Amino acid sequence: MEINFAKTLAEHHLHLQRGKTTTLQINVGRLCNLACRHCHVEAGPGRPEVMDRATMADVVLFAKRFPFQTIDITGGAPELAPGIDTLLRQLRPLADRLILRTNLVLLLDARHAPLLELCTELQVGLTASFPSTNAGQTDSQRGKGVWQDSIAMLKRLNAIGYGLPGSPLELNLVANPAGAFMPVAQCQAEKRFRMDMARRWDIHFTHLFTFANVPLGRFRRWLESTGNLGQYRDRLAAGFNPSTIDGLMCRSLISVSWDGYLYDCDFNQAAGLPCAGEKVHITTITDLPEGMPIATGDHCYACTAGAGFT
Amino acid sequence: METYYNPTDLGKFAEIGNEAPEMAKKFFDYYATVFAEGELTAREKSLIALAVAHAVQCPYCIDAYTASCLEKGSNQAEMTEAIHVACAIRGGASLVHGVQMINSSRKISL
Repeated sequence: MEINFAKTLAEHHLHLQRGKTTTLQINVGRLCNLACRHCHVEAGPGRPEVMDRATMADVVLFAKRFPFQTIDITGGAPELAPGIDTLLRQLRPLADRLILRTNLVLLLDARHAPLLELCTELQVGLTASFPSTNAGQTDSQRGKGVWQDSIAMLKRLNAIGYGLPGSPLELNLVANPAGAFMPVAQCQAEKRFRMDMARRWDIHFTHLFTFANVPLGRFRRWLESTGNLGQYRDRLAAGFNPSTIDGLMCRSLISVSWDGYLYDCDFNQAAGLPCAGEKVHITTITDLPEGMPIATGDHCYACTAGAGFT
Repeated sequence: METYYNPTDLGKFAEIGNEAPEMAKKFFDYYATVFAEGELTAREKSLIALAVAHAVQCPYCIDAYTASCLEKGSNQAEMTEAIHVACAIRGGASLVHGVQMINSSRKISL
């Protein structure tokens, strides 16, 4: 099967272009306490790429120049970026929704308790990786013991109000498949996780999102080394759904890398595909016009398969 | 290595309709209806299919329904339990025929 995303778009007479940019995603670096096997940015312990305080200050100025509805902070493990607390405080007034990604494990550590208190005070939404209610699947993707720690942290978050019905403290879960297969349909997965987690552990959450793993970085190497790359890419390409294009996140999101450069999404960061084809720093950007073409690669099939990645 | 079973052959399943298209169409339409969400969920049906695949020992079906179960949200523990159900029924079917053996033996024994 031919894998050529640009050609697929052309065959469907589609153009992937920027719409109104409403979300700022900030990747504060690749340093992480975990080294998950599906990680497209190959985050892990010892990675030196971490956003410095000067770049964080530039990001705040950028967010003031281009008002965003949502600001989403990801990594790596954002908890490990020095100055993350200041960044959260300064970004809080600049968007309706402020989201911090977490792998749950780090927040269990007492050293990060002040950060959790700050998130609660500022009503920062937490988006946590939680691939499966099954310990084996979770640990095989994220590392030994992660499932147990995740369950413990989710209980603690519920105890302080995160994820409870009617609470302003959003706790969203993200479930990527634990292997080279497609994700469960989101509404079915959310219903089942909600029922299972309430029944088995009395854990509650706001929403669950299911996303296909993107064949980049560490996950791509795993696909190659296990002989799964060909069939996985074919599955993604065969699942191309033209109706996903309008709602793709890259149309309304701008992604900033740890060193302050702009990309159309976090996957394009990992693939080294800068916004508009050239590396532009947040300090020099003057406009994010609608209609600007979005940089694409063959990894984009992961966002257009089935129900899509929105 | 040459083998009777080639994983890529599953993708050629539709070719079975080349010589008898009407029957193939009826079969594939029926198949799609069977696996659609109904009183049983699509996830439950995939688990049943996986168990049956092991009972009839069809390698194509095992590959296809392993992926299908995972993609419908089942985990390996649930899938293993489903296979034990197939195993228990298959093994039980052998064992319960022991009653036939006992009956026959009694008939011809002093």
